[in-house]
Amino acid sequence: MIRWARRNPGIAAGGLLLVLIVLIAILAPLMFTVDPTALAPARRTRPPSAQHWFGTDMLGRDVYSRVIYGSRVSLIVGFAVALLSSVFGLAIGVLAGFVRWLDEVVMRAMDGLMSIPPILLAIALMALTRGSVQNVIIAITIAEVPRVGRLVRGVVLSLRELPYVEAAIAAGTRTPRLVWRHILPNTLAPLIVQASYICASAMITEAILSFIGAGTPPIVPSWGNIMAEGRALWQVKPFIVFFPAAALSITVLAVNLLGDGLRDALDPRLAKRL
Amino acid sequence: MIWRYAGRRILATIPVMGFVALFVFSLLYFAPGDPAAIIAGDQASAEDIVRIRASLGLDRPFIVRFGEWLWQVLHGDLGTSIFANLPVAHMIGQRVEPTLSLMVLTLLFAVAVAVPLGVLAAARAGSWIDRVIMLFAVLGFSVPVFVVGYLLAWVFALQLDWLPVQGYVPLARGVLPWLRNLVMPVIALGAIYIALIARITRAAMLEVLGQDYIRTARAKGLGSLPVLFLHALKNASVPIVTVVGIGVALLIGGAVVTETVFAIPGIGRLVVDAILRRDYPVIQGVTLLFSVVYVLVNLAVDLLYSVLDPRIRQ
Repeated sequence: MIRWARRNPGIAAGGLLLVLIVLIAILAPLMFTVDPTALAPARRTRPPSAQHWFGTDMLGRDVYSRVIYGSRVSLIVGFAVALLSSVFGLAIGVLAGFVRWLDEVVMRAMDGLMSIPPILLAIALMALTRGSVQNVIIAITIAEVPRVGRLVRGVVLSLRELPYVEAAIAAGTRTPRLVWRHILPNTLAPLIVQASYICASAMITEAILSFIGAGTPPIVPSWGNIMAEGRALWQVKPFIVFFPAAALSITVLAVNLLGDGLRDALDPRLAKRL
Repeated sequence: MIWRYAGRRILATIPVMGFVALFVFSLLYFAPGDPAAIIAGDQASAEDIVRIRASLGLDRPFIVRFGEWLWQVLHGDLGTSIFANLPVAHMIGQRVEPTLSLMVLTLLFAVAVAVPLGVLAAARAGSWIDRVIMLFAVLGFSVPVFVVGYLLAWVFALQLDWLPVQGYVPLARGVLPWLRNLVMPVIALGAIYIALIARITRAAMLEVLGQDYIRTARAKGLGSLPVLFLHALKNASVPIVTVVGIGVALLIGGAVVTETVFAIPGIGRLVVDAILRRDYPVIQGVTLLFSVVYVLVNLAVDLLYSVLDPRIRQ
């Protein structure tokens, strides 16, 4: 176990940290928190103390409780976007790789979507709907799917050239079975690595969207929202911004370490290069 | 030969631009709220609204309106802001300087820092220098731009009082005041970009350093700096230039946040204000402009390839 952790420090450190953060998110009510939306106008903008570990915000809400509950929003958005964009990207990539006439059309559309900077694309989509966690997930997923689609298509096209896949085609294996048996298992490794990076970037994008007022509604205690609310006061009360900022950075770091570790472990050839 | 390659690349961007235009137009087409009802006001009857819709041409089919809009855009007309009642192109024009200053300075700063760091990490691969540089690269990816921004501002403006907390001074009022206000925004925005470029530089250099001609260059007695920067870096330049181009998307997204943190009156700030007011023509105009800039930057990168690596022209 220890030897394994020494050989895969990224997976061990990132994974451990992430498990810890997930536990904190699940057990939020037991983490000595109070209601993160409870207002207490009489105790506004108090500095950190024994009673309010991270102080209170402009409306007297407990910043510690809001940061702890905020982990739920970040994790849900990160994992949901990673999962959804993997599923849709996989479907698009396999379709484009196997159905030749679709390839050109689909890839041009992906190129078009990719030529809009992702954050701007998410902002534009969020402007069309009202702010909710669900809409944030959909908007970020749409911005991320083209990259996964391209990746999977590339893997599929290179796999199709390999002798054993050609042999399977020559032996009369039907396409669905070919995809299931030979293509999907080989796309899994790069897909998992890509998904971990998407998870990290989705968490940052969610925080950015909420920070500029285009993300989750203000009532939801997400890290971006807490920072947005602390923005007006940050020169006199910097702690309101710094605690959620630190929480976000640590979480994203954990996911990135895990992603780097997985890349090194799953693709030794790539590990030597990057 | 090179012109044929260039012509092909330029033609290939046309369908991409077309898709971007279609997407951006759909944004306004599907935007909630009826402009005719807003113009008509609260007192208007249903007939009034229908009449205004017809006079604005809003009752015509999607494809006709798209064609007309595209024609206007190609003539530099991005529509009128709902909130400010000014032409969007004019509003963007007034705010180009801060955003352009921020992005160009960040690009130059990031390349100047990241490439030498990446080369150094590759030259000393596996050493503690390499590890420290790569650790900073992971941190650069993980710490979001506003966090770096607030940290810098807290230390260098609020605690040490070396730099202004926020704001922007136009270049016309002097280079030094202009630079002083941009130091922290440039570092904050550059962090993730530096991390990205340094990683790719290291990877590309490691690939090249394993080649035979590097051993030849060393064998004929060249010092290690000329080998690294003249022989190796030139051959590693294609992936580096690619990632500099792709990373411009990070700069654009990051500029929106950086301008908010440092109260810089640029295009990013314009779009943030527009979101809060649901000013769709402004959001649409900025999205279109930034996407076109991004496509053109990457077209330029593609064309640069053929200069850096003549094999690509084939």
